[in-house]
Amino acid sequence: MSAAYILFRRELALAWGGGGGPLLACGFFACLTTVVPLAAGGDPNVLKPVAAGIAWLALALSSLLSLERLFERDLEDGALDLLATGPLPLEAVFAIKAISQWLATGLPLALTAPVAALALGQSIELAPLTALSALIGGLGFAFTGALGAALALGAKRGGLLIAVVVLPLFIPPVVFGSGVLDRAAAGLSPLSALALLTAYVLFAAVIAPPAGAAAIRSAQG
Amino acid sequence: MISTLSVTDLSLSRGERTLFRSLSFSAASGEAVALTGANGAGKTSLLRAIAGFIRPEAGEITFRDADGEPIEADLARAHEVHLLGHLDGLKGARTARDELMFQSQWLGHSHHGIEEAIEILGLKPLLDLEVRKLSAGQRRRLALARLIGSPRALWLLDEPLSPLDAKWREAMGAMMTRHLAGGGLILAAVHDPLPIPTRPLDLGAGR
Repeated sequence: MSAAYILFRRELALAWGGGGGPLLACGFFACLTTVVPLAAGGDPNVLKPVAAGIAWLALALSSLLSLERLFERDLEDGALDLLATGPLPLEAVFAIKAISQWLATGLPLALTAPVAALALGQSIELAPLTALSALIGGLGFAFTGALGAALALGAKRGGLLIAVVVLPLFIPPVVFGSGVLDRAAAGLSPLSALALLTAYVLFAAVIAPPAGAAAIRSAQG
Repeated sequence: MISTLSVTDLSLSRGERTLFRSLSFSAASGEAVALTGANGAGKTSLLRAIAGFIRPEAGEITFRDADGEPIEADLARAHEVHLLGHLDGLKGARTARDELMFQSQWLGHSHHGIEEAIEILGLKPLLDLEVRKLSAGQRRRLALARLIGSPRALWLLDEPLSPLDAKWREAMGAMMTRHLAGGGLILAAVHDPLPIPTRPLDLGAGR
């Protein structure tokens, strides 16, 4: 068994099992999208045009929830030292943790997103596209979010700091992601927006590991 | 395999505070060095610097193989160094078995080694328990198991004996003797003497 697989299996188990994990994120997401019609009124003419935007905003916020624990807990209990003396470079450890975070949070959220968007009045034909774009965007959220979590390591009230660092970085996927759904709703091809969303995700997946690994090293020193 | 660790003219500081200057020593295969010194003298920092977590202010840390050729530090640290500190990296919600398997496999296990570790450290009755239910001594034994579960030449140990009772201290001594006989090196920060012959290295009074 390769070291990457061994670590991946453990990180996935920890991310799924640790303190609510996916259920917490999905519950938070459902609450947020339920509050909007209550706050803005239930008029479908008001809700339908903003359904995609609200769904993506809620996705971004829900993706923040478990980030604080991503590295902080490993730093506190010494697991990060153990990971750093292993055979894989920290960059790879970071990427594996981000991907596990995606599978434990992004994937369940992507399955919840179409339901929430539907409840906000989005037409049912868009459901598969909503799930697909949320799945792709979720990978971007996971990588940029993990970078924020690594940067906030050791800070007091790291959770808030992560939100402040990471939310601005979440703007592009939110713009492109809701753009995908808006274009599709308007009868245009969503491919261009989907391509931009994917480009952002790839960019994040390349930039975040070395930057995050550097942040972890400085927190360990 | 690492057969010599040499530290030359090492200076370490944490923040503004200098821990020590111009520390030089070396340890060869088969040798155990007991690191002593007051609280705050820099024992843990020295171990962490050797493991690559702290960048020294000055000086060199070199790992050499049996032919005296230097081994690239990152490579040596990734495959041949165990660091076992106060924090053991064990996750409370997972079972002792999961954690033992992960820690050993991640650091490069030998299957035989894991079974041996369970045997030597008496872990069999603990394997199905969640780590959070273990006592401090049991937890430490579980953490020590990775030293045997994953064979690596250089052991950097920080107070390895502290929560153990006399019986397990003795078992730990036997583990260390075997490791040294197999060509390993041990550098341990200690307050109580180790149950094996060691070469002392005093870091001084601290401040």
